[in-house]
Amino acid sequence: MASKVGIIVVVLAIASIYGAMAVFHTISESHRSAALELFSPVTGSFSSLEEAYEALRTLEVLGIKKKPDVKDHTCKSVVDTLSSVSSNSKDLYHALQVNGLLTCTISKGALTDVVSRLKEAVKDATSLLDYYHSVGGLLLVKHQNSEVDVILENADGILRSIKALSQSDGRWRYSSNNPESSTYAAGLAFETISGVISLAASPVDENLIGTLKKDIVKLFDSIEKYDDGSYYFDDKHIDASGHQGLLSATSAVVRGLTKFASTSESLNIPEDKILGLARFFLGVGVPGNSKDLYYQIDALSHLENNRVSVPLILSLPATVLSLTCKDKLKVKVSTVLGSTAPPLSVKLMQVFSSGSKDASVLRQELHFDPKEAIYTLDALPEGVDIGEYIFAFEIVLSDPEHKRKFATGGRTKVPVHVTGVVKVDNAKVAVLEGDIVESEKKLVLPGKNDLSLSANHLQKLQLSFVLTTPSGKPFKPHQAFLKLRHETGVEHIFIVGNSGKHFEITLDFLGLVEKFYYLSGQYDTVLTVGDAVMENSFLQPLGSIELDLPKAPEKAPQPPPQAVNPYSRYGPKAEIAHIFRAPEKRPPQEVSFAFLGLVLVPFLGFLVGLLRLGVNLKNFPTSPVPATFAILFHGGIAAVLLLYAFFWLKLDLFTTLKTLGVIGIFLMFVGHRTLSHLASASAKLKSA
Amino acid sequence: MGKSTKDDAQALFHSLRSAYYSDTPTNLKIIDLYVVFAVSTALIQVVYMAIVGSFPFNSFLSGVLSCVGTAVLAVCLRIQVNKENKEFKDLPPERAFADFVLCNLVLHLVIMNFLG
Repeated sequence: MASKVGIIVVVLAIASIYGAMAVFHTISESHRSAALELFSPVTGSFSSLEEAYEALRTLEVLGIKKKPDVKDHTCKSVVDTLSSVSSNSKDLYHALQVNGLLTCTISKGALTDVVSRLKEAVKDATSLLDYYHSVGGLLLVKHQNSEVDVILENADGILRSIKALSQSDGRWRYSSNNPESSTYAAGLAFETISGVISLAASPVDENLIGTLKKDIVKLFDSIEKYDDGSYYFDDKHIDASGHQGLLSATSAVVRGLTKFASTSESLNIPEDKILGLARFFLGVGVPGNSKDLYYQIDALSHLENNRVSVPLILSLPATVLSLTCKDKLKVKVSTVLGSTAPPLSVKLMQVFSSGSKDASVLRQELHFDPKEAIYTLDALPEGVDIGEYIFAFEIVLSDPEHKRKFATGGRTKVPVHVTGVVKVDNAKVAVLEGDIVESEKKLVLPGKNDLSLSANHLQKLQLSFVLTTPSGKPFKPHQAFLKLRHETGVEHIFIVGNSGKHFEITLDFLGLVEKFYYLSGQYDTVLTVGDAVMENSFLQPLGSIELDLPKAPEKAPQPPPQAVNPYSRYGPKAEIAHIFRAPEKRPPQEVSFAFLGLVLVPFLGFLVGLLRLGVNLKNFPTSPVPATFAILFHGGIAAVLLLYAFFWLKLDLFTTLKTLGVIGIFLMFVGHRTLSHLASASAKLKSA
Repeated sequence: MGKSTKDDAQALFHSLRSAYYSDTPTNLKIIDLYVVFAVSTALIQVVYMAIVGSFPFNSFLSGVLSCVGTAVLAVCLRIQVNKENKEFKDLPPERAFADFVLCNLVLHLVIMNFLG
């Protein structure tokens, strides 16, 4: 129980240290290859201008060249949308976005027409998205063609109507009749507001801008945090396009914030929140779908160069250092997209070993290599042996002016594994009788060993060895097992206990007799010592030991059945030959034929007897009509008997019954006539 | 003593035989002969089964029952046709014969079905 509480305390302590610790990596080749895979249009062209913009923007930020045939097709779609009368402000906005990246040739007249339509849309706008698309479109036109006149007249009025949709908690509603609000909408609102400010004909009222700045700060109060130091915005409502989630909301807020900050000075957002947002986007890794990748890359591109503060990311190319290879600790500091950071110095402040909260303050400065833009620590600090550590770094900017511009984030904690070769010494195996050593053998670990010991149930087996780290300290590995395997396959695993450096296990066979299921014979021994930071973890067969155990008593437990070789269990089984029913013994044919003849004898006897009795056909009617009936009667009976013979030979009951019915009716009619004629004849004879 | 019983038995047998031959009308003798024929056929079949075993038992049964059944029907016919039988005085013998034929046909249908 106490050990369990102790473990929980240790875990909590580690968690608190690990609290603000993780490794973040900047944008890398894996993002580029994912972008190429996700954004290559299947049919050769994009399905909508919105998707086209997302794909082109992501590819541009990542520095990937576009294919020229895609450009032609998309440009055609852009020109069509801009000149079409039925396009609303949303379509125009997306078309202008794509145009900004592809720079298609659009006539000045078409652009002027678009501008006038968008200005109309701004005047008629009621919902947030209307303002967003129309103001956004106008801003895009201004950037793309400086000759066209894009000035917003009633900037104050527009700002006030947008502000009217805001809520007290910093979120924004989409329209006045829809009470649902979202953080995504707030991001869109900031973007629109910054657009209005930059397009305004006359400077906007300062008080209004002040209130809007307060709104942004209020929104940042609702920011949420992960344990590893990333900040994000959660949107529990689904936005207008149906896409919900952390990435879309956080990305929209970052966009709005950076655009707003570019129009006005002094936006008071703490730099750790900006750094946290950067960490959030980097912590996503490589998203699996195109929309998430777009949100991530777009947000990071805005964070790369913004006027609030630019986050600097400290990352380690390798977090596993080997003492054997004398690996040097390397640290990279760059912006989120991987561009070079301003001149700065990196100091290693503290090294925490796993489980301890305190560590001495080191303040070792890392050496900067300008060619590779990497900071290197020449030698690991004193006392860093193999194991798991947390290194705490601090970034110090060389130019004090940069402190306002860049967000470095104070202490950055990174987990590092230091591995090395563990020495195994004094390894020996002994068979003890009582306490006296009967036979002892030295082992070479790790290396080939071929023991051949023998013991009986009254003796003990003792294995001991010493583990030392490269700097000579005792080492406790994750795994130290001794396995005994009987020739039948039954295995027993024992954990090797330790005290400091010294590892020892004693197997007292007297107590283990029942555990071993009373199986005597040859046992193969295998020693396993392993750990994550041990470079030479080994699973070493040591040889065999011949155990002589007493016979099993009646009620002893049986050893568990060994796993059956799957090929024999699921393989083909023995073939079963079908045994047909032995046919009954039939009598020899001669006997059967003899009895056939015998059976016919009584019939012959009957015929002979009839003749002897003097049968005659005198009563057979002579006149024609009764004669025919009589003949038909006898014929009918013969027909029935013939039918029976056919029934036995081949017919089935149903046809027989059908035919019998037919013949039977006929027979009855005929028989009735015949017999009634005979009856009347005999009656006449009697009366006469 | 034994000789006398033996003689008595013989005398009884002889008188029975002569009475039968003289008094019985011919049609009854025909029927009796038919019955003897049927029963002897049945007996021969039983002897055959006793020798070779009753493997297709249904065939054996159907054969034996056919003979026995037709014998029984013949006996019924004899009873009905016999003029000295007061019970069946009003029954014309042709009617009895028709019954005999019909019952035999039904019996033999069943026998043929069971023969297998």
